[in-house]
Amino acid sequence: MSQKINIAPEAFEYMEKVTGAGGVEVKVNLPKEKIEKINSICDAFGNDPGELINVLHEAQHAFGYIPAEIQDIVAHNLHMPVSQVYGVVTFYTFFSMTPKGEHPVSVCTGTACYVRGAERVLEEFRKELQLEVGETTPDGRFSLNCLRCVGACGLAPVVLVGEKVYGRVSPDGVKAIIEEYKK
Amino acid sequence: MIELTIDNKKVWVEEGTTILKAARNAGVEIPTLCHFELCGMGIESKPGGCRICVVEVEGRRTLAPSCMTEAQHGMVIHTHNTRVLNARTTVLKLIISDHPLDCLVCAKSGQCELQNLAVQFGIRSQPYEGEQSRYRKDTSPSIIRNMDKCIMCRRCEMMCNEVQTVGALAAVNRGFMSVVAPAFEMNLEDSPCTYCGQCVSVCPTGALTEADHTNEVIRALSDPAKTVVVQTAPAVRAALGEEFGLPPGTLVTGKMATALRELGFDYVFDTDFSADLTIMEEGTELLQRLQRHLAGDPDVRLPILTSCCPGWVNFFEHNFPDLLDVPSTAKSPQQMFGAIAKSYFAEKIGVSRKDMIVVSIMPCLAKKYECQRNEFKVDGNPDVDYSISTRELAAFIKQANIDFLNLPDGDFDDPLGESSGAAVIFGNTGGVIEAACRTAYELYTGKTLEKVDFHVLRGMEGIRSATVDFDGLQLNIGIAHGLGNARKLLDEVKAGKSHYHAIEIMACPGGCIGGGGQPFHHGNSEILNKRVAAIYTEDKRKEIRKSHENPSIVRLYGEYLGKPGSHKAHSLLHTEYFPKSNEVWLMSQ
Repeated sequence: MSQKINIAPEAFEYMEKVTGAGGVEVKVNLPKEKIEKINSICDAFGNDPGELINVLHEAQHAFGYIPAEIQDIVAHNLHMPVSQVYGVVTFYTFFSMTPKGEHPVSVCTGTACYVRGAERVLEEFRKELQLEVGETTPDGRFSLNCLRCVGACGLAPVVLVGEKVYGRVSPDGVKAIIEEYKK
Repeated sequence: MIELTIDNKKVWVEEGTTILKAARNAGVEIPTLCHFELCGMGIESKPGGCRICVVEVEGRRTLAPSCMTEAQHGMVIHTHNTRVLNARTTVLKLIISDHPLDCLVCAKSGQCELQNLAVQFGIRSQPYEGEQSRYRKDTSPSIIRNMDKCIMCRRCEMMCNEVQTVGALAAVNRGFMSVVAPAFEMNLEDSPCTYCGQCVSVCPTGALTEADHTNEVIRALSDPAKTVVVQTAPAVRAALGEEFGLPPGTLVTGKMATALRELGFDYVFDTDFSADLTIMEEGTELLQRLQRHLAGDPDVRLPILTSCCPGWVNFFEHNFPDLLDVPSTAKSPQQMFGAIAKSYFAEKIGVSRKDMIVVSIMPCLAKKYECQRNEFKVDGNPDVDYSISTRELAAFIKQANIDFLNLPDGDFDDPLGESSGAAVIFGNTGGVIEAACRTAYELYTGKTLEKVDFHVLRGMEGIRSATVDFDGLQLNIGIAHGLGNARKLLDEVKAGKSHYHAIEIMACPGGCIGGGGQPFHHGNSEILNKRVAAIYTEDKRKEIRKSHENPSIVRLYGEYLGKPGSHKAHSLLHTEYFPKSNEVWLMSQ
């Protein structure tokens, strides 16, 4: 089973052959700004392999997702195998290799939220947005994900849209939440 | 020291010892699946993941994983009461519930640690139903990944990352979906994998196995139009016997030659012959570089690195693409043999190149990839057609119903079967550079080397350094085995801080005797030590112990190649290296 890697279309806009260390001919498939951005993130953390998770957090924040090429650059800068970077990216649900929507919807399915009906809330989002977990709508407006615990178990079940937190969400309330962002 | 009780036995151990080790010290065996250790070599993996090794500690509510739990003073431990055995059985059944039950046709059958445990525990049913892991099979020139059979012990990940620092494999995804894979779950072939095969040598199940080429060899043997020539690497003779129940360290050189003849090979030759040839070429190159260096030539690259090990070649091509001019250009003994067999020898017996098949028996999986490299082909015809491992040869001998243990000793054929003791020690870490020293000393000083044993170059430490006296010239020698150790020496070279004149590197712990194609050692480093001793014994038994004194080598140069380093020798026996990237999309700095 192989993971499908989606590379942003703009990745192909900028493509040139350059000569790397030791006369190796290599391709760079990322826009210059993105390379500069990820390099500056790595630099900010001293290119320290121990800071991998922090670097990936920043990258996820800056790009909305962490495509293979970004992982490659991170691995290169932090002097670690890209397989280990990929291992961390695929371990944490916070990191994504597909571009998230403009309004990323995250339904908490941690223990407390699950017990209080997160599954039915999630089902309602899937129906309303016509999305499977991990997918993004074709217009790029919404994406749907699960996450494990945001530390607001008293408000279970919890839904996040972007950084806004919705507590005690019931399946009936799902439509209203989506409407807020459709305008 | 602390005192504890294990199965009613009083045991004293150092503070900080795990229960598992304390029990093993006391002769109490606790089964494990994920825990792996090569004692004395600093290689250990204990992710505490399989939970097979649980024991009961009196006063503790839950069972304790013995590999992860420190022994405490006064502990009372039970390793095989009903509660423990029930728990182990349940854990084992849960592991098996996501494992294919195709043992009859599995490459690892009979050697599988999971299968052995299922036998030991008398598992007769598989009560748990549920989802099954399904991964695509990944076939590379040397290694096959069949991750349906992975039990996430993560030994391969430890070998690949911590010991070898190759970083091809990592645990990816989470929970039920987790698996050990290359980045982006790409093919192993596209990853920085060096094919050293150390992942295969520690895999408890059939998840990682060698690409088996025995059938291709059988097909060649059954074709009357083909002249099939076989070569056997030095390390094979010191380990093959283990597959037939002989104690580790038993030399089976003679039985192996007889078995190969019985299998139908037309000529039974020895890679040791071409190891002598390697010394002639590599030793000459070392002396030439050294003499230029001593003459003050600023362009000469020192240290010179050995290039016999294909895993190592892959490693530096991937990780040190800017140092490709440092290793010797000499081909490995396997490839030198192929080149000479399909030229000099083929001409001698009047067989055309395309009608000759060269098979190699190797302790190594990277050799499979090496013989498929394009630069080792002439018009698409490879110098070495197939490379099979020590394990594959053993299986082939068993398949042919040959009574290996009662075979009479045979000899290798002439002329590519004659070898010196210097060639035999190629199988051990330190052996190649010792062999090179035996020849280079005499060529450099013009004097006879009386004591051929260079004990300073021997040993099992991961990185060794020694100074060898060439009649006043102090030669600094570095030796590393295991690619992680090699990386440290290479980083020094890259930084311009290396004080060595020559460095020997072997990818596998212990050298070829610990290769990825050898009989499984199951973490018993004593087996490796015994193989090492066997190789040095074989060296001692040889009448000729210096490569340049091998009469067949002398004849080969006289009749065919001219001098070491000649134009003809260069075209047949030397190669070039190619930069490979570790990144999928490497960026410029």
